[in-house]
Order: sequence, then structure tokens, then C-alpha cells
Amino acid sequence: MSSDNAKAYWKANLRLVLGCLAVWFVVSFLFGILLVDVLNTIQIGGYKLGFWFAQQGSIYTFVVLVFFYASKMNKLDRKFGVHED
Amino acid sequence: MELQTLTYIVVGLTFVLYIGIAIWARASTTSEFYVAGKGIHPVANGMATAADWMSAASFISMAGLIAFKGYDASVYLMGWTGGYVLLAMLLAPYLRKYGKFTVPEFIGDRFYSKTARIVAVICLIVASLTYVIGQMKGIGVAFSRFLEVPFEAGLFAGMAIVFIYAVLGGMKGVTYTQIAQYCVLIFAYTVPAVFISLQLTGNPIPQLGLGSTMADGSGVYLLDKLDLVLGDLGFAAYTDQKGGTLNMFLLTLSLMIGTAGLPHVIIRFFTVPKVRDARSSAGWALVFIAILYTTAPAVGAMARLNLMNTVQIGEVASAEGNLAYADKPDWFTNWEKTGLLKYEDKNGDGKIQYYNDKSASFKDTADKAGWKGNEMVKVDRDIMVLANPEIANLPNWVIALVAAGGIAAALSTAAGLLLAIASSISHDLMKGVFKPEINEKQELLYSRVAMAGAILVAGYFGLNPPGFAAQVVALAFGLAASSIFPALMMGIFVKRINNKGAIAGMLAGLGSTLIYIFMYKGWFFIPGTAMVADNASGWLMGISPGAFGAVGALINFTVAYGVSSVTEEPPEHIQHLVENIRVPAGAGGASDH
Repeated sequence: MSSDNAKAYWKANLRLVLGCLAVWFVVSFLFGILLVDVLNTIQIGGYKLGFWFAQQGSIYTFVVLVFFYASKMNKLDRKFGVHED
Repeated sequence: MELQTLTYIVVGLTFVLYIGIAIWARASTTSEFYVAGKGIHPVANGMATAADWMSAASFISMAGLIAFKGYDASVYLMGWTGGYVLLAMLLAPYLRKYGKFTVPEFIGDRFYSKTARIVAVICLIVASLTYVIGQMKGIGVAFSRFLEVPFEAGLFAGMAIVFIYAVLGGMKGVTYTQIAQYCVLIFAYTVPAVFISLQLTGNPIPQLGLGSTMADGSGVYLLDKLDLVLGDLGFAAYTDQKGGTLNMFLLTLSLMIGTAGLPHVIIRFFTVPKVRDARSSAGWALVFIAILYTTAPAVGAMARLNLMNTVQIGEVASAEGNLAYADKPDWFTNWEKTGLLKYEDKNGDGKIQYYNDKSASFKDTADKAGWKGNEMVKVDRDIMVLANPEIANLPNWVIALVAAGGIAAALSTAAGLLLAIASSISHDLMKGVFKPEINEKQELLYSRVAMAGAILVAGYFGLNPPGFAAQVVALAFGLAASSIFPALMMGIFVKRINNKGAIAGMLAGLGSTLIYIFMYKGWFFIPGTAMVADNASGWLMGISPGAFGAVGALINFTVAYGVSSVTEEPPEHIQHLVENIRVPAGAGGASDH
């Protein structure tokens, strides 16, 4: 594997991780803590939205995020030819 | 059938299962002992990781914490799950690619330094040992409450079980028992939750029930009702924030980083066959953890509502509003016997008044009604999950199941922690530093002896808990967050970090975190040596000692980067090592021998 290829793979990986961590930050720290009062003015069923993100929504998003990352990475591995046999 | 007999049968059956697995899954090589031969399916590993991670605290204490703190307890829900996102994306796949047996081994190799490896071993042992003491205590408590045997006998029974499968089977035995323990604990947790959600809201799914209307036909949402009931008695609204925002932010971040840096969790990802599996396995672990962690908020809120409604049977401050002590339900009496629930008839009216006697705005109402203070003088939050089935009048087999679930949660976490300690002693200290000449067979023997020793030490501390046992949880997470996580992450993502930078960073992160914790909790937890009051007004910028780990991590990152950039570059073979772990191709089986 050429070192240019490795660099490009690493760069694509970092971009993906940063994107995922941005979502991770938004649903927990932003929606669940910093903006909780604003979001709590919106009511969905019996849940205030900010409270829902803090106690339910952030966790569901984390699960989806990890599987999204795993499948994207598997594709990147193949695209750059660095996958396991 | 009588409850106690039934509990003996259910707990006994689970123990037979664990021992059966131990005999079937014996370890015969060091690879099997340390990393289960790297042959665990990612879904199975996810399940084992979930059991490894969810301790007696998650099973018993967390819902109680939520019940009494409401929204503010969200930090634990987000903190203890969000860490898996960091683990999946920043650590697990790369450490699996590296393909060794322990966390300190990676740190020692990457920073080409025995000192770094030993610093990592010390952090690992302190963090894991403090953590395991709590599990031992949890096992003893579960036995004494449900099987009515003495605390010590319960502790010995738990130690004996862990001894059999952990010493015999190492990681292989621990993994397969953890899978069984996950099934027991998740069933035990969700069954009562489903019943209670059904009773209160008519919705069998607790996660939806929490957002539904009450089943009493009033059309009021459960959470609104809870806010109302609490507000009427002078308590803060359940869904409102009570603590400082900066502290919540940092505590959540510290718990996330700490979770990702706890060695007993990280080593679970060494057991899967491929790098690809390490990524998806973190997702599966999070699925299995999320099932409990999204149920817990419902359990907490519903238990709190049930508790309030049991005591406050009518309108606040009306003549017939409060339950007469003579009419108290059976579970009330049972928990009074344990001392975890205490009632004191302060105004001598024979009724129970449970309200917030520190609320200035509620004082008038209370005075007019002739209330002389809150009479539920003690409601231990740990009883919320354990008493839940009794409060909801569920059948005896559900109560027996909860006992088995609590014991499974404590045993599985204890075994994972003990394995991390034992492998670190035998592999990092004995084989790595003191006796590099020993062969595989001897190392396997050392690891078994280390495991047996770790169980005895943990048992000793379980019987004689040091006074600081409750405070050290902050320490365990602080250590993992401020030293282990940054070292691992920089080792993978920043090629330029050299041995000097890494060691300086770890010591700076560790030192600052320890000093901050000791300032408020006492030097080395010796009572009376605390320098500042441990409350919100004494905390620096409102940051609690438990929330300082994130700041410690930042100090670690900064110092490591600064020192590395003014000293020499790491040698070429180390730079190749980093390049190599960044790509999945070429990850083989166990590569230590």
C-alpha cells in the first residue's frame, strides 16, 4: 500500500469521525444540556423535548451513530483496499 | 410458593448455570486466558461487554438516583452511554489491530517506555480495585436482603463463584458467563418495568409509558403529573434543572471519557476476531446497554410517583390527605426492618407526612396543616429498584428474579475488573518487567495466582470497606479520564507524541485530578484533611470533584503536546507502528507469541 493511499484513507477516516462526533456533541451536550430550556418549550407527547434528548433521545442517537460509523468505515476500508481478508 | 424458597431456587439455578459454563470454557493458553483466544463473535462480545459494564450501581442505584434527582441525573445516562461512541471511533478498532493482551502493554510499546507502562499499570489497578470493592459490597447486600443469610456468607458465596469461573476460564470463562449474566439481569430489570408501566399508563413499553398519559382516565401526562405532585409538596419539579450547567457539562464529559478509558471495558474489544468486529461490537454493546439505560428513566419516574402516591393519598394539607402509619403497606414494613427506610412521627398525629421541609415557599402551608417537618427521615435511593416489584404488587417470582439480576450484575462486573487486574499483574509486571524469561505455561500459572490473589484482596476490602469506599468511584473515573484515555488516544491519533511527552502528560493529568479530588475529599481520603468544603459554593467555578476528570484530560493533552513538540521526534519504528495500527489490513489472531 502506498503512503499516499494511507494518508488519503486516514484523512477520510478523520472526516467521518469528526462528523459523527459533531452529532454526538449536538444531541447530548447541546440538546440535552446547553439548549435544554429552549427545547423544553416544545412538547412531544408527554415528553418535553430537551428532557427527552437528555434521558432517551441522545442514547438512541449514540446507538445509530456507532453502527453508521462501523458501516461507513467498512466501505472506506474496501475503497482504499485496506480491508481485512 | 414462599418468596424465600423461590429466591433460593432462582439464584441457585443461575449459579449452577455459571459453574456449568466455567467447566465447559476452561482456558488452556495465555491467549485464551487474557483475550478468550480472540474468537468471540461481535454480538456475543457486545452482550458480554454490556454485562461487564453494567454493575450493581447501574442495576440497583441508577434508577433510584434518577427518581430523586430527576432531570439532573441525565448526566449519568448520557455519560455512561456516550463513552461508547468515543470507544468505538477513537480506541477500540486500533487497539484491536495492535493485537496485544493488555492496555498498559500498548502504552508501554507505543511510548517505548517501561515507566509509561508502569504508570498505566498503577492507574489500572487503583481504578479497578476501587471499583471492585463496590461490587463485592453489592453482592453481600443482595444476599443478605433476599436470602436472609449474613452479609459475610453472601460475600463468600459470591467470591467462590467468581473464583471458579475466573481462575479456571480466564477471559474465556468470564465472557461466556457474562453472556448468561446479561440475559438474567436484563430480564430481571425489564419485567417489573413493563408491569409497572402497564399499571400506570396502560402502555407496556416503559420508554413510551414515560411519555404517555396516566391510565386513570384523567388525560394528564405522567411526567406533568409527577411535576405537579412534587411541586404540591414543596419539591423541585422533576423535569427541571437544579444544578449548575457548567458542572453538568463537565461531569457528562468526564463520565464519557472515563467510560472509554476504563481498562476492563477496553480489553473486551481485544477478544473479537477482526478490526471490523471491534467497531460493530461496540455498537452491539451499546444496544444491550441502551435497553437498560432507556428503561431506567421510566423506572425512576414511576417509582417516585408510586412512592409519593402511597404516602400522600389525598389532597395536600387536607384532614384525610396523608396515609396513617398503621395502614402502611407490607413493603414499607419490610424495608423499615433493613434501616433503609425510616419514619419518625414528628407531629404525633400518627400519619405520614413526606414533603420538602427546606422549601421556604411551602413552609406556610406546612405550618397551617400542623406539620412539624418531613417524617420520611430516610428513603435510601437504592431501595427503588429492589422494592419496585413489591410496591406494584407483582408476583413472587418477579421479586426472586430481581435478586438474581442484582447478583448477576455485580458478579459480571467484578469478574471483568478482576481479570483486568490479574492480567496486568501477570502480563505487564511479571512477564513484562520482572521475569521476562518465563514461558507461556508459567505465565498462565502466574495469571491464575494473580486472579486468585485479586479475588482475596477484593473480598477483604468487601468485608472491611475502607471509609472512603463511596468516594472512590469519582477517583476511578477521574483516573481513567485524566490519564488512560488521553494516553491511548494520542498514541493513535498524534504521531508526534514521544515518550517524554506522554509520561509528562499522564503525570500532569493524574496529578491535577488527584489534587482537585483530595482538596475536597481529604488528602488520601483521610477524614478531616479536606481543605475546602465539598459543596457547590466551595467548588472552583462550580466544578464538582467528580467532574474534574475532563479538565485533567485537557491538561494531559496540553502538556503531552507541549513537551513532545520541544523534544525529539519518536523513533522511526514507532512511527511505523502508528501507521500500521491505523489501517485494518493485516490484523491476525493473537500475536504475542
